[in-house]
Amino acid sequence: MSFKIFKINEDLKEFMPPEIVDLEEKATWGNPKRGVMDLPYSKELIEEHSLCAGCPESAAFRYILASLPNPEDTIIVNSTGCTSLVFPHIALHTVHSLFGNQNAIASGIKRTLEWRFPDKVKDVIVLAGDGATVDIGLDMTLQSFFRQEKITTICFDNEVYANTGGQESGMTVKGHVFKMAPKGKQWDKVPMWQLAIDSGCHYVVRMTVSSPKKVEKVIKQAIYVAREVGPTYIHLYTPCILEIGLNSDDGLEEMRRTDKERFKFFEYMTDEAKEVIQRKKEEGLI
Amino acid sequence: MQKTEQVQYNRAGQRVVSPDYLLFEAPREKQFMTGSEVVKEAVKRASVDASVSYPITPQSEAAHLIGELWVEGYVGVYFRGESEFGVMSEIAGCAMAGARSITTTSGPGTLRAMENFPMWAGSRLPIQLVLMARGVNSPLTIQPDNLEVSFLLDTGCMIWHAETAQELFDMILAGFVVAEQPDVHVPLITVIDGFFISHTREAVMLPPDDIALPPYNPYKSPMVPLDMEMAPGRFLRDPYVMKSNYISYAAHTSWQFEVRAAIERSRPYAKHYLRGLIEEFGDPEGEIVFVASGTAAAQAKEATQMLIHEEGVKARVVRIKTIRPFPAQELIEALRGAKYVFVPEFNVIGWLEREIRRVLYGNLDVPVIGSPRVAGGMTMPPEFIVKEVLQYLGKEVKHVV
Repeated sequence: MSFKIFKINEDLKEFMPPEIVDLEEKATWGNPKRGVMDLPYSKELIEEHSLCAGCPESAAFRYILASLPNPEDTIIVNSTGCTSLVFPHIALHTVHSLFGNQNAIASGIKRTLEWRFPDKVKDVIVLAGDGATVDIGLDMTLQSFFRQEKITTICFDNEVYANTGGQESGMTVKGHVFKMAPKGKQWDKVPMWQLAIDSGCHYVVRMTVSSPKKVEKVIKQAIYVAREVGPTYIHLYTPCILEIGLNSDDGLEEMRRTDKERFKFFEYMTDEAKEVIQRKKEEGLI
Repeated sequence: MQKTEQVQYNRAGQRVVSPDYLLFEAPREKQFMTGSEVVKEAVKRASVDASVSYPITPQSEAAHLIGELWVEGYVGVYFRGESEFGVMSEIAGCAMAGARSITTTSGPGTLRAMENFPMWAGSRLPIQLVLMARGVNSPLTIQPDNLEVSFLLDTGCMIWHAETAQELFDMILAGFVVAEQPDVHVPLITVIDGFFISHTREAVMLPPDDIALPPYNPYKSPMVPLDMEMAPGRFLRDPYVMKSNYISYAAHTSWQFEVRAAIERSRPYAKHYLRGLIEEFGDPEGEIVFVASGTAAAQAKEATQMLIHEEGVKARVVRIKTIRPFPAQELIEALRGAKYVFVPEFNVIGWLEREIRRVLYGNLDVPVIGSPRVAGGMTMPPEFIVKEVLQYLGKEVKHVV
């Protein structure tokens, strides 16, 4: 973009809400080294949020948006669910179209932007929940991997359909009792990270968002690899504290607990991805 | 100051000309082509940025041919999607990112993709969908039948129905121009009756292929193109759905009215580029009037000739070119003096008959006969139409069907 799109007409500045003025004056633009350490000092690209108090997904959103290496040229595609409540609060181009079609929409956007702006880097990132990514949208998620679309897909896995009131999802752990699974889930959690590897992703990570700096590193690596090589997939555990009966301040402890078991940090990369990551490290960008 | 003429070229190297020149003034040469082939010829002259395809009979060939244009450099983005639902989302992504976009589908594919069409309209994407109508399952059918159009009537998309391959060619070009007007900017579904048009060769007049429509300018869109070249719009930052209050509901209501109003605002443009929303054919004094669209109108024209010349019955055809917007006023005017209105259709439910009854109710008192009606691949020979009319009038039926 031209950074001018966040410049406010001087004559109108006094009438603008302070959060819009802050976007021009205090947000980090044009600096690929921006990261979660900027959070206390700079204007965030997310303005408040409408998720529950203490929701780990809101933390994930803040870390991801603080870590984008190229926010001035980043388009975010989302889907239906708790995540869709956040997008209106993001100061970038975001789109919600239907439930489950996020990777299809992202494919069209990415290819068109490559055609319209051959000399610019435009990152396209999908942010969606586990229902959107793995259940209703699995077809389109995997097909975008097969087609080697140069997009980064980030799944917020809270292991439940939270926004609709707590129904079993494909990512629910076997045996957990939720609505629509009154006897407990009868089958295993879908190994989505493994499906992503088998479907052609070049960089795949499974983790919780308990460590902000680790999230930053993974997000940057995934975006750089998607830009140059092909699809990348990040699977984040963002527990729904409401649906599993935890308090607002329990989210972090829940993630730290699962860090040691089913969400133990897992990272996969192809040789091409490794080369990109190595180069970006040498350039000081990771 | 002396006026200088600047010649502009699109990315395929074709000279950019005005839509009026391309459609009405450029010299044309006669070709012998199928409907699928004229889709290629139209797309070739339309400075198209993106197309996404998926196989389904009878539209597959048109989709293949757009792929050839991509190889030749006339189309910027082209690939095969995973299903019609995926394809209609992928082409939506292309349009959201600022591409002039076209795709094609048929029958069951239309229904598979259904959730996307109101989303296209609500997102104000001027995508063109060439719909080669075929039957809808079940039982399994691949034959001509345009039942699927009835499902699309209230999606917020414009719907035009072409009668011939020639008209399909002209409608595709005119379609981009009308759909992309800043005060319209809604999707267009360009319908033909599958096989009858897609697979039948006929004479078509084509302008040269080294000229093309002006490229699409996404910055004239009423919605911000998703390319981070403009500040995020208020619609993105604060969509109505996120606030559960009266204002949000009222805003959503007005947005839906606005999409319909945008279709209404397409009337003057469509009237200009299609040379009217209806076409009248036959004896202007005709008391027997066929109101029809697409291939049914072509067959009604044949039947009209037979009625006039062989049966001495004064007959005429009012052909509807645009189903959305529906030419209500034009139809009421055209039907003054009609004694009987026959509505021949290629579907079992008679969606055009419903539309006509709705428009005429309280405006014009004339019997509307939803007949003849065929479906599932049956043809509608003109003799069959003549027989229906003669039987209705209590006259002797001489023609053998």
